Amino acid sequence: MNDLPAIRFERVVKYLGGRRVLDRVDFEVHRGEIFVIVGSSGSGKSVTLRHMVRLLTPDEGEVWVGDECVSRARGAQLARIRDRFGVLFQGAALLQWMTVYDNVALPLREKTSLTEEDIEQRVMGQLRLLGLEDAVDKYPADLSGGMQKRVALARAVILNPAIILYDEPTSGLDPVTSRRIDDLILSMSRRYGLTSVVVTHDLHSALAIGDRIALIHQGRILEINTPAQFLRSENEVVRAFLDAQYITRRGAWETEVDSETRPNS
Amino acid sequence: MVLHEPDHFEPPLNFFAALGRRILLACRNTGRGTVILLQAIWALRFMLSRRNRREVLMQLFVTGIKSLGVLTVVAMFTGMILALQTGLELRRYGQEVNIGTLVCTSMVREMGPFMTALVIAASVGSAIAAQLATMTVSEEIAALEVMSIDPVRFLVMPRLAALLIMMPMLTVYTNILGVVGGAIVGWTQLDVPMSAYFDNAIQYVRNKDLYVGLFKAAVFGAIIAGVACQQGFQATEGAVGVGIATRRSVVISFLTILAVGYMITRLFYA
Repeated sequence: MNDLPAIRFERVVKYLGGRRVLDRVDFEVHRGEIFVIVGSSGSGKSVTLRHMVRLLTPDEGEVWVGDECVSRARGAQLARIRDRFGVLFQGAALLQWMTVYDNVALPLREKTSLTEEDIEQRVMGQLRLLGLEDAVDKYPADLSGGMQKRVALARAVILNPAIILYDEPTSGLDPVTSRRIDDLILSMSRRYGLTSVVVTHDLHSALAIGDRIALIHQGRILEINTPAQFLRSENEVVRAFLDAQYITRRGAWETEVDSETRPNS
Repeated sequence: MVLHEPDHFEPPLNFFAALGRRILLACRNTGRGTVILLQAIWALRFMLSRRNRREVLMQLFVTGIKSLGVLTVVAMFTGMILALQTGLELRRYGQEVNIGTLVCTSMVREMGPFMTALVIAASVGSAIAAQLATMTVSEEIAALEVMSIDPVRFLVMPRLAALLIMMPMLTVYTNILGVVGGAIVGWTQLDVPMSAYFDNAIQYVRNKDLYVGLFKAAVFGAIIAGVACQQGFQATEGAVGVGIATRRSVVISFLTILAVGYMITRLFYA
């Protein structure tokens, strides 16, 4: 059973708003890897992610988590599959009327029979690990975007899931905070041996953290490769995506700086 | 699962197709609301569990204590208007002393539960719809679903419990204030002594009137909870969706309360 991929998409098709958002999507996520799905806005990244925890159901095809088909699961089986996941939503999705502590403690209170002392120990340990020990009594609205993401991450991993899904973890964050989140994703994944699926349009993040990168374009997976191979890809869409983020093409400002500082020739 | 996949419909071919679609959607939403309500009623058995106690108490406070201010004003004026309208007519026949009976019977049978339900639907129901709609569009409900925390048990049940408990209590409060309001108008505007007013009020009101009124209040509470939560859960499209869910919650609650109120009255009195 351990040879099975952590997640497998089998020719998944999904229509939303009359549009074919996913078009025969096939891929596997291996156990313990960081699998990054990149693509432009509206390309189907988040829709793909939502299928993994059955927030959306495929119109055709199947999604497998280990040896269980999540797209057909219901009731207790679906709950059992979902228990393997932690999800970091794009907007953090913290419960606004609860403090940071209560948000992180929520899964433990709801899903375990731990005493309040044990819960406190685990929550405080997790918050310390993420540098949030000073924010314990704050409400989500009092936190910056980066801190909210870290709290959401603490909540996502508090029950020791096997797989973590990150939906645009760095969107709306400044570059410094984005890199901190990248480091957290890496350290969480390595520390606990988690399987991670990251959806992002930030190629810098993808190249920094991904073991493999998949490019989704108009609902189709165009390429799945390691970061090094991804950078050398000959696929036109991949090249355009790399160019658009100044990864293989120099920005106008760089050319300008070069011309100003270049010695007279 | 309370979240549903987004709807998509091609533009209707003609008026009848559009009408048919609206009717079908209304039926579907009624069904979804009913399912949520039944699941929440089933989840009431967890009301006093350690996990839910704090949230239930919070909702009791929000529904009950925080509604007292507006309910006080509405109840007093309802009783005063009832007393003045009927009293002025009765005075033409020298029967103004009977306003106590009229005000008390009207309040206990109809106006008490009805006015309480309208106030609670507009204040508490709209707040529930807005909160759940905001949670839906900001993916908080999705987060609960993914954590396998049942949103019905976690969010709907405490609100339903609070409304089922507080609606009859608030109705009693409205009844009392309405009758007192009527007494003040009777005494100051119609020269009806307080003692005569209250003697009449108590003498002709039957226990059945009180029980049917309280039953109505509980049913109205369930309607407000079911409609507000269903509308909240089906919100889409960000802030606009929250506004639409809130407005629909109030409108649908009002209409349902009116229709169900009529049916209960007909069931017990016709």
